[in-house]
Amino acid sequence: MTLDLLRFTTAGSVDDGKSTLIGRLLFDSKQIFEDQLAHVVQASARRGGEGTLDLALLTDGLRAEREQGITIDVAYRYFATARRRFIIADCPGHRQYTRNMVTGASTADVAVVLLDARKGVLEQSKRHAFISALLSIPKLVVAVNKMDLVEHSQARFEEVAAEFEAFAPILRRGGRRAGHQYEIKYMPISALNGDNVVERSAAMPWYDGPPLLELLEEVEVAYDHPHEKPARFPVQWVVRPGARAAAGAGSAPPWTQVDAGGDAGAGAAAEHGWTGAGDYRGYAGQLASGALRVGDEVAVLPSGARTRIAGIDTYDGQLEEAMAPMSLTLRLEDELDVSRGELICHPHEPPALGRELLADVCWMAEQPLRPGSRYVLKHTARTATAIVDRIEDVVDVHTLERIVPPEQLELNDIARVRLRTRAPLAFDTYTANRRTGSFILIDESSNGTVGAGMIAASAA
Amino acid sequence: MSVATRPQLSHLRALESEAIHVMREVAAEFERPVLLFSGGKDSIVLLRLAEKAFRPAPFPFPLMHVDTGHNFPEVIEYRDRRVAELGERLIVASVQESIDKGRVVEEKGPRASRNQLQTVTLLDAINEHGFDAAFGGARRDEERARAKERVFSFRDDFGQWDPKNQRPELWNLYNGRIKKGEHVRVFPLSNWTELDVWEYIDQEHLEVPSIYFAHERQVFSRDGMLYAWREGTELIDGEEIFMATVRYRTVGDMSCTGGVRSTAATLEEVVLEIAATRITERGETRADDRVSEAAMEDRKKAGYF
Repeated sequence: MTLDLLRFTTAGSVDDGKSTLIGRLLFDSKQIFEDQLAHVVQASARRGGEGTLDLALLTDGLRAEREQGITIDVAYRYFATARRRFIIADCPGHRQYTRNMVTGASTADVAVVLLDARKGVLEQSKRHAFISALLSIPKLVVAVNKMDLVEHSQARFEEVAAEFEAFAPILRRGGRRAGHQYEIKYMPISALNGDNVVERSAAMPWYDGPPLLELLEEVEVAYDHPHEKPARFPVQWVVRPGARAAAGAGSAPPWTQVDAGGDAGAGAAAEHGWTGAGDYRGYAGQLASGALRVGDEVAVLPSGARTRIAGIDTYDGQLEEAMAPMSLTLRLEDELDVSRGELICHPHEPPALGRELLADVCWMAEQPLRPGSRYVLKHTARTATAIVDRIEDVVDVHTLERIVPPEQLELNDIARVRLRTRAPLAFDTYTANRRTGSFILIDESSNGTVGAGMIAASAA
Repeated sequence: MSVATRPQLSHLRALESEAIHVMREVAAEFERPVLLFSGGKDSIVLLRLAEKAFRPAPFPFPLMHVDTGHNFPEVIEYRDRRVAELGERLIVASVQESIDKGRVVEEKGPRASRNQLQTVTLLDAINEHGFDAAFGGARRDEERARAKERVFSFRDDFGQWDPKNQRPELWNLYNGRIKKGEHVRVFPLSNWTELDVWEYIDQEHLEVPSIYFAHERQVFSRDGMLYAWREGTELIDGEEIFMATVRYRTVGDMSCTGGVRSTAATLEEVVLEIAATRITERGETRADDRVSEAAMEDRKKAGYF
């Protein structure tokens, strides 16, 4: 399935010019509105003097960010060309905000890592590239920025690219595990002047690749080949018009007991082709990967019960076939007890099923993670209690090597951990499937999201 | 690989699917959600998404409108008609009642607005009904502070947003766990742009209030914006009432929402106009955002939509 929607993230060290690059993309593709621009002109003059234009002020939306001149949290920006719509997650560069960078990167199809042509590869650039690879963002663009400050030198560009390439094997290993070519593209740019951002640079005729925007318009994304991936359908919600309260909710709220929607539902049912409105029972969710067809034999996990798909319903009518990432409602041939959190798949290509996992966890809380601690784990539409049994090793971001673990994990640490869940999970490895291979850890007392987990293997 | 052999999912369908997923997560994980319905274009889209997420069953939540008492009559008429069509339940939280009960004090003078007062009415209603999640139609492209907001935006027991300390939000795994008295604002349209909303309204053949289309009305000019004149409006020296052909890009309070000069009389013409516009919707039509560089951030921290 070709998506004409591409999500990308920008990463890099502080002052490598991320926000300026985004400002430049928006500016040169004429996506900045007049009132936004007027605001930036005014604010730039206040901060940097008359005549300066600080495009970073477009994305730094919080008072504290403008005061300090840094990005604290992800800012999302939207722009479109004739070929595609884009969602940019502009991520913070400071180490202390790494968790916000992970937030922005988790949904991206492409990561653009910026390097300063003068400084080369810094620790934080490596860290971000590593996180991008760990998060299985399949395409990485290494943009060597500020080429105007090194006299547009091809030799310097190649030097910086080679420096990055030296640790690329680690990133590529991650990509190969995911079953795709992990692609790294290098390009020389000047975000400040707009060289190779939207327009080809006249100052660097030696570069024969496309400018950044053209590359982003053409790159293939995760949902491009749904038939090649196993189908995964986590049940989110059971649609039962006859019931007072649908599955998943607690006790019935009072308004569902009044006459709400009784007649409207029946009338609409005929219009939208819903069958048997009275005893209708559908399993609603978003197809996480792959494709499903009416008549397919399916298994429901964890029970393993088999049945066939009787119908694929949407508000816009019934479908013969559905593909990721569509939201839909499935009807099954047999009356099974299926509830939220269970997973529907083809029986010949099931995910793993188990209670013990090895996972890479990015720790996001001030309070450390200690072995033996209990968390609430959310995986697809399923929530389970989890206990972290052991920290296996920690990644040293200087060397990107795994080192002997400390006693506990601190904020922004990335570690391989072994954990156990109270209820079984139907999962894939994260590199095989981002949707069914990811989870978050929630602190039971603060309710904060404290960890981002990527399943590496079953530990059973 | 040739493009023709690959099925297409338009960006609108992708955004729609993502929003439906968000709505179902909320229905499943919260005990008492509510959908904030103003009769404006964004909440009109929310209602269609709710139909897509939950039909043929009724919505697992009621709708709520925070009525400032200064709404466009065309919008209130549309609101009631749409709710009746859907057969769903509407709760009206009234700013006038908050004033009558002494919860808030009405601003005075020609620039008086009930915009700030709505926040108190909204938070009171959330408390009174025990709502633990409230769907809103806010989008990240609207404004810089909103560009920073999560899809699940946590509010403490004072209804306040802490932008420097938001919960990390990864993949499509939303953390809806809260304590009693806290709630979550949920924004299924986070990743939509104004143009997406109009294209979707066009694609889905959704009806919208008539004030979104060009019409003649009595207006007066203030601070470079055209405001609707209605009985009781206090004019400032030199301001005059005149007829103009305008339409509204946003639907808010009559007292702080400006019209734009336009001849766009059909959905198609509105889509074309939005596609070509060079000014943001809030910059062009909302006086409430012009107060300071961080006007929206400050109001959001206090519990605004």
